[in-house]
Amino acid sequence: MIGQIVDLASWVLLVLGSLLGITGAIGLLRFPEFYTRAHAAGVTDTLCASCILTGLMLQAGLTLVTAKLVFILLFLLLTSPTATHALTKAALHAGLAPQLHREEDGS
Amino acid sequence: MISMFSVATLAILTVMGIALVRAFVGPTIFDRILAVNMFGTKTVLFIAVFGFLMGRPDFLDIALVYALINFIGIIAVLRFYEATQDTDGSEPDAGSGQ
Repeated sequence: MIGQIVDLASWVLLVLGSLLGITGAIGLLRFPEFYTRAHAAGVTDTLCASCILTGLMLQAGLTLVTAKLVFILLFLLLTSPTATHALTKAALHAGLAPQLHREEDGS
Repeated sequence: MISMFSVATLAILTVMGIALVRAFVGPTIFDRILAVNMFGTKTVLFIAVFGFLMGRPDFLDIALVYALINFIGIIAVLRFYEATQDTDGSEPDAGSGQ
């Protein structure tokens, strides 16, 4: 019984992580300018990675493999926000102004 | 029955394809760096899931090393870009960029 629950939970987590990744990628493709795309990429980096890695952890049970997965998850959660922050700071420093209002209404 | 790892692998492959499209299309250089950063993170996930798909969980060491190198690469490219940025006189500041 426990086996089915663990399999079902990892199924749900893996599918959820995949959907989050795809929505983030679509956001990366369709958003109007750089800073919104950075948000879309940042969202998918952290949440999609944690969903998929947690799903894998459930599959691996309490072994060395899960320890490696925890290290990967911790490292990703620490570094991708830092990388996105450094990237947007460099963009702002290089003079890429964020587009604050939509062109059509010109408000 | 289709194993869940193949579903996750296919999804991650499409995400990597879309990130590559943004890398080629991206108007500014920062879109390209962003797409490459996302591609690298998805490669880490792809290696992990593919390791589980093939029943070889020792791929996770490769995924961990790839995550480390990807982060270092992104920061290096940014520092390099920031250093070359000052030579064309955008705004003179003392350091090469803090």
